[in-house]
Amino acid sequence: MSVVEISGVTKEFKGGTVALQEIDLEIEQGEFVSLIGPSGCGKSTLLRIIGDLVEPTKGAAVVNGKPARQARRDHDYGIVFQDAVLYDWRTVAKNVALPLELAGWDRERRSKRVEEMLDLVELRGFGDHHPWQLSGGMQQRVAIARALSFDPPLLLMDEPFGALDEMTRERLNGELLGIWEASRSTVVFVTHSIAEAVFLSTRVVVMSPRPGRISKMIPVDLPQPRTTATREEPRFFELATEVREALHLGGHVELKV
Amino acid sequence: MVRAVQVNRAGKRLGLLLVVLAVIWGLWEAVRALGIHYGWTWPFTVDATSMPHIHDMIWALFQRPNPQAPLLVVTLLKAAAFTAREAALGFAMGAVGGFVLGALLAHSRMRQRGFLPYVVASQTVPILAIAPMVVIWFTSVHVTPWVSVAVIASYLTFFPVAIATLRGLHAADHRAVELMRSYAASRWTVLWKLRFPTALPYLFSALKVSATASIVGAIIGESPSSIAGGLGGAILNFSQYYSFQPQNLWATNLIAALLGIAFFLVVVAAEKIVVRRAPEHVG
Repeated sequence: MSVVEISGVTKEFKGGTVALQEIDLEIEQGEFVSLIGPSGCGKSTLLRIIGDLVEPTKGAAVVNGKPARQARRDHDYGIVFQDAVLYDWRTVAKNVALPLELAGWDRERRSKRVEEMLDLVELRGFGDHHPWQLSGGMQQRVAIARALSFDPPLLLMDEPFGALDEMTRERLNGELLGIWEASRSTVVFVTHSIAEAVFLSTRVVVMSPRPGRISKMIPVDLPQPRTTATREEPRFFELATEVREALHLGGHVELKV
Repeated sequence: MVRAVQVNRAGKRLGLLLVVLAVIWGLWEAVRALGIHYGWTWPFTVDATSMPHIHDMIWALFQRPNPQAPLLVVTLLKAAAFTAREAALGFAMGAVGGFVLGALLAHSRMRQRGFLPYVVASQTVPILAIAPMVVIWFTSVHVTPWVSVAVIASYLTFFPVAIATLRGLHAADHRAVELMRSYAASRWTVLWKLRFPTALPYLFSALKVSATASIVGAIIGESPSSIAGGLGGAILNFSQYYSFQPQNLWATNLIAALLGIAFFLVVVAAEKIVVRRAPEHVG
């Protein structure tokens, strides 16, 4: 069953910039799909159209078998941004509990789930801290816990590790894969790092800018589970090269490799 | 351990305050001494009347202005308590009114365009011109005079709060708003769980301004209402005798300033309890 179905989506911003043109994309249950491309290729816009945070000019997004708007209302996805976007006035535990609170969970159920989530992202014991007392990497793990707390079938991630240093990013990549395997959810992941896209994904969607189009889909056949050793396998480099070449064909600008 | 560090830090702050106080004191006395010695006439003639000794001002607090009267400090503290009641009510009304007004304006751009110019204009009308009207209106409906003074004080306090609320309710990061949208949160939920907490630091900055302004408003409001029991009455009274006993007016100003500081500190304490932010954001 496909979790995301995008058909004929075009997005034109005011002033005539065409961010996306005629995008078709289908994502199956359990997939980990990365959207990669230079800035301005509309990958974040595409993610927001799936989440019904941006409305397409033409075409439609279907999530979990319903229109994207209905899926948003039904809390069918969790989202993680480049910044953790934690509410400073809430403790870590209360940040994780925010979506549960809005969904009307009672206090006892909430605190039980928050404990589970903090365990999952290895932040046990940090529930009473305030966001500013955590490092950037820890904050981002709180954001992931918050996005997964209500067990959504779909996880949308918009360059979630883009602001972190390389070492933290690689460690969190590994943790994210563990979480993905444990929760068996579907992930759509926006990035501009080739290594990150190849390491994480079951499929890499390469996009090109002006107007934003899908230029190539590359299935990633690296074995699961992936470890640090995966990054050193010849197949990893072959795939990375394939992604890089697809990006170049699409006319690349300022790429982070 | 932590406690010791906190005590130490508080001690340092107190020390700094005392040093600054000593410097101000020294400057005052230096200007006074030099001015009298060289016969300065600019920007004003410096003599014992225009610049009494600071120790005379403090000394005056513990004298009787006339043989039948109680100690000046007793009279002034009573007056301060009276004015504090007016100012506190005025502050509360201004804070609530300002918040509601700001929230109503924040809710719609149309309302903002229509009403904001008038809100701004309201502050360009001198409070001295409005005070007598307020007193007349409220007295005609049998409201006790001190409440009219509170209304006048609220006129000075609502404005900063309204502007800060308006700004603060729009200050939420757009990602934070997007996050709420992703949860399909209602407008009311967004206001309560995101916009209002985001606005709190803005609100408290305004409340600090308003806290001291409410004292000024109350003091100014006392004269058209012919209230003699407050600091406004004391100021009017002592300014008439300024050429004989300048230190009494200065002593009154000192008490008025202390009252303002006390109001300010109450707001700061409330802010410490209510606002939880990263240390560098607390201002």
